[in-house]
Amino acid sequence: MPEQSVGIVTPQSHHFAQPIELACGRSLMQYDLVYETYGKLNSDCSNAILICHALSGHHHAAGYHHENETKPGWWNSYIGPGKPIDSDQFYIVSVNNIGGCHGSTGPKSINPETGTPWQNDFPLLRCRDWVNTQRELMKVLGIQQWAAVIGGSLGGMQAMRWALEYPDEVRHCVVIASALKLSAQNIAFNEVARQSISSDPNFHSGYYMSHNVIPKQGLRLARMIGHITYLSEDGMGQKFGRELKTGNFSLGNDEVVEFEVESYLRYQGDVFSGSFDANTYILMTKALDFFDLAREYNDDPVEAFSNATCSFLVVSFTSDWRFSPERSREIVDALVAARKPVSYAEIEADFGHDAFLISNERYEKVFRAYMQRVAGETV
Amino acid sequence: MRFDLQLIPDWIRSKARVLDLGCGDGSLLCKLIAEKNVDGLGIEIDEDHITECIDKGLNVVEHDLNQGLATFRENSFDVVVMAHALQTLRDPHLVINEMLRVGRECIVTFPNFAHWRCRWHLGQQGRMPVSKFMPYNWYDTPNIHFCTVKDFEALCEDNGIRILASTVVADDSSESTMGRLMPNLFGVTAVYHISR
Repeated sequence: MPEQSVGIVTPQSHHFAQPIELACGRSLMQYDLVYETYGKLNSDCSNAILICHALSGHHHAAGYHHENETKPGWWNSYIGPGKPIDSDQFYIVSVNNIGGCHGSTGPKSINPETGTPWQNDFPLLRCRDWVNTQRELMKVLGIQQWAAVIGGSLGGMQAMRWALEYPDEVRHCVVIASALKLSAQNIAFNEVARQSISSDPNFHSGYYMSHNVIPKQGLRLARMIGHITYLSEDGMGQKFGRELKTGNFSLGNDEVVEFEVESYLRYQGDVFSGSFDANTYILMTKALDFFDLAREYNDDPVEAFSNATCSFLVVSFTSDWRFSPERSREIVDALVAARKPVSYAEIEADFGHDAFLISNERYEKVFRAYMQRVAGETV
Repeated sequence: MRFDLQLIPDWIRSKARVLDLGCGDGSLLCKLIAEKNVDGLGIEIDEDHITECIDKGLNVVEHDLNQGLATFRENSFDVVVMAHALQTLRDPHLVINEMLRVGRECIVTFPNFAHWRCRWHLGQQGRMPVSKFMPYNWYDTPNIHFCTVKDFEALCEDNGIRILASTVVADDSSESTMGRLMPNLFGVTAVYHISR
């Protein structure tokens, strides 16, 4: 286990017996949230940080679940002792959202009313449903106000929603590689991913668990499409070029030729489709598509942000074309017009949307500098 | 701190909303916050300066001034400041117009190319002036649009810009009598307070 890690972490779970009303009008009568925490809550509970995960994320953001785990949590580069989100200074809470497939109540969970898994009958969720359930966990943990709510991509949308829904409970909002709403192109990519899942013969209209099958091929394809859009052309070129995994192009050779990039995508698709739930994927992409921060504020992001009382850090990455710097600038410009404190950095990076997860010297410096400001306000 | 920056707070009222274009390491914003309790935002393009500003607890937005200020709303700031950046811009006149749209008042400082030492350097040596203040060669300088006190005033005149106040910083880094009498000859740095 490398140094500068939070070390071995054990996920915790909390059962919520009180019903929660969802944005779609339906209610969850009871639900579980699985979460991890890193660091210690200080005596006046002023150093708590909430990490909101993205589309395919979960609660395991940092450290290792056991000694032999080869890969640490998904944001291990940025969470840990001495890292930008410093576990020596902050009490960091990372939740698996409802609708997920890593332990929190979701389509795979048993619907208490029927005694069978929800599957495709799980209520459609919106970003605010995640914020509201995260807030229930916040109360359980005895936290009155987050020092910061932090998220990348779909996680950034949750962080912004927090700032508007519960302004008194957020001191800082860190929005990374995110957007006020998705573009048509973005929704289009999500729809292709959903179609590839629903057209898998094993999908059975989302009730595949009842048939004891999983739409693995569809999910695999969905992930491969998604993965291409999370990288950039330059990033892929750097990482794979035209290198061959097998075979060669010498004349008279009919060996199977496979490019590295093909092999990589297949591998990513295989890993993902073996561990992720198809209904969750559909549900998460829909929540992403539906999100529009300013919808209920006359479609005016300035009016929306005028409700916020926290300070903001917004970060984007030059090669990210799914959540481009222009989308982040829309957030920043609205914040400036709403006279909210905001800092913004556009980080030079080759790895597209995925850059928000990857080590990068400048990103780390900016992030660290901002988090030190947050830490300076805690006791 | 550069003397032109020390003059600026006098022209800014307390608690004003201030946009500092090309805010550098944020020293002016820090001074304005300390002395005038302003609500300040810096615009900067240099990554190290951006980190420094965040370190100091300032609000700073990464932005290239050559792209204009179109994303900033009309009259959204009380004062827009631009210290020692005018000469680096591709279209200084357009940026000044934009500053006057975004802010009710503006403060601009720039190196005066008609200072006697520049004139002497060019006249005697026939070469572009290189000094402690402008330590670049003509081919690698970021300063691509030098002007003089007179040039700037002509620009204001042509564009209907009101000069509310002006001064120059002279050689000894202060406002001197010589600078007051003949700003275009003795001013190293010109400081203008302007509005529509």
